[in-house]
Amino acid sequence: MKNTYDLIIVGGGPAGLAAAIAAYDCGVTDILILEREDRPGGILNQCIHNGFGLTRFKESLTGPEYAGRFIAEAAKRNIPLSAGTTVLSISPKKEVTAINDRDGIFTVQAKAVILAMGCRERSRGALNIPGTRPAGIYSAGTAQKYVNCKGYLPGKDVVILGSGDIGLIMARRMTLEGAKVHAVCEIMPYSSGLRRNIEQCLHDFNIPLYLNHTITKIEGKDRVTGVVVSEVDEQKKPIAGTEMHFDCDTVLFSVGLIPENELTQEAGIALSPRTKGAIVRQNRETSVHGIFACGNVLQVHDLVDFVSEESEIAGKYAAEYILKGEVPFDDIPVSHSGNINYVLPQVINRNIGGNVKFFFRVSNTFRNCVFRVRSGNKLLCEKKKRIAVPGEMETLLVPAAKIADVTEPIEITLEVQPNE
Amino acid sequence: MNRELTCIECPMGCLITVEGEDTLTVRGNRCPRGAIYAKNEVTCPRRVVTSTVRLQDGRMLPVKTNQPVRKSEMFAVIEKINALHPAAPVHCGDILLYNIDEDAALVACDNIE
Repeated sequence: MKNTYDLIIVGGGPAGLAAAIAAYDCGVTDILILEREDRPGGILNQCIHNGFGLTRFKESLTGPEYAGRFIAEAAKRNIPLSAGTTVLSISPKKEVTAINDRDGIFTVQAKAVILAMGCRERSRGALNIPGTRPAGIYSAGTAQKYVNCKGYLPGKDVVILGSGDIGLIMARRMTLEGAKVHAVCEIMPYSSGLRRNIEQCLHDFNIPLYLNHTITKIEGKDRVTGVVVSEVDEQKKPIAGTEMHFDCDTVLFSVGLIPENELTQEAGIALSPRTKGAIVRQNRETSVHGIFACGNVLQVHDLVDFVSEESEIAGKYAAEYILKGEVPFDDIPVSHSGNINYVLPQVINRNIGGNVKFFFRVSNTFRNCVFRVRSGNKLLCEKKKRIAVPGEMETLLVPAAKIADVTEPIEITLEVQPNE
Repeated sequence: MNRELTCIECPMGCLITVEGEDTLTVRGNRCPRGAIYAKNEVTCPRRVVTSTVRLQDGRMLPVKTNQPVRKSEMFAVIEKINALHPAAPVHCGDILLYNIDEDAALVACDNIE
C-alpha cells in the first residue's frame, strides 16, 4: 500500500463505487476505495429483491445485479479497493487512518476524500420500549442479512415495528420463506415505505398494517413469546384500552436509518441536525475543503438510482478539486417551509456553475400541491405534484442560468392548491 | 366495474384506475409498463419472485425469475427454488432452472466463484 493517494473513498457500496468511477472518468486515476466488508457492493448485496435501476438502466434489477454493474465498471478501470478495511479516523488535513488484517493500522494521505459510509439502522434502544431483553429481536436489516446472505430464518412468528421499506420487504421475504408475519405496526398515520411495497409486500400476502399503532411491551424471558400493540393518540402516546396481544417469537424493527457520521464529526465537518449528515454545497463539498460526501451518509435515499447520481456529482467535483484546486466558498443558504422536512444541498456556492438539483422530503401527505424555489422575489423553479408523501424523496431542478444571478437566500416551499 | 390499483412496476407507485369488463381502459399510469401491469392485475396478477439458493458449498446465491410468474404460484416457485443446490462457480445471468412457472426461468443475480 502506498502512503499517498489523490483520492480516497471511504466505503465501497453504491455511493463509493459511483463516485470512484466518475472521478476516474474526469481524469483522476490515483484512487483507493476502503471497504469494511469483505467485498464491494455495500447494502445492495443483501437487498436481493428487484426494483433497482429503473431510472438509471430502465430495467428492474435486484440489488446484487445493480451493484454488479458498478463493480464491473470499477474493475474495468482497475480502481483499487481494499476490502476488509475499517477506517478509524479522518483528519481535516485528509489523513485517513485505517486497519485491516494485512497491513495492520496504517495512515494514508489524500488530496481529496469522499465520504460514502452509508447509514445504519435505528435500534430498539432508540425507542425505549418496555419489557424484557429476550432473544428474537432484530433490526429488519440484520434479519435480511441472516436470511439472504447466511441462509438462516431468524423466526417463525413475526411482528414488525415500523413500515419503512426494509420492514415491508422483510415481511414478504419472511413470509415466502415460511414464517407467519402477524402484523406490521406503524406509529405514524402513514407508512414511510414506498407505495409499491405496501402493495406487493403486505397486500399480496394479506399482512395487516396497523397505522397509528406501536409496540408497548415485549414479553418473554429467554426468547420473545409475544408483544402488546397499542393505538397511539395524536401526541403518539398509547391509548389505554386499545391493547392487542400477538403471540410471536420474533420482533423486527424497521424504524429508520441514521447516516453513519462518526468519522465525519471527528474530522470537524459541520453536520445538519435535520439530515444527520454533513452540510454540503451543490458539488457535495462539506465545510472542509476537499472532503466530499454522497449517498446515505449524506441523506437517507429511498432509491439507489439517486445515490448513484449524487455520488457522480461528488466524484466529478472531487476530481476537479484535485486537478484544478480549491474553489473558495461564496455561500448562499438554502431554507425551506415548515411542511418540508429538509432540503439538500443546504448551501449554494456561487463560485460553482451548472444546474442545481434540490432533493427534499415533505413532512406529511399532500395532494395537488406545488413546489417553488425562490430567491428573494425571484421564482427560480416551480413544479406541481398530484401527491407528495414523506416516504418518497422529491427533486427540483434549477437551471444554471437561474442559479448564476442568485444573490439572496434561497427558500423552497410547498403550497397546497385549492381544488380545481 | 372500476378498479383502483397502485402500480408496483417502479417506485413512483402510480395510482391507476382500470375500467371496463371485456375491453379494459387504463388511466393514471405514467408509462406503458403501468398499462401492462394494470391489465394483468385484473386478469391474471403476476410477480417477479426473488429469493436465494444454497450452493453445494453452503454459500447463498441471490436469484430471480426472469419474468413475472403467476401470483397464485409464488409459493410453488419458492419450493422449486429451495430444492436447487447448484455448484459454484455461478455467474450473474446463468439460467438455473427453465420453466419454473410457464415460460419463466430462474436466473442467478450474482457472481460466485
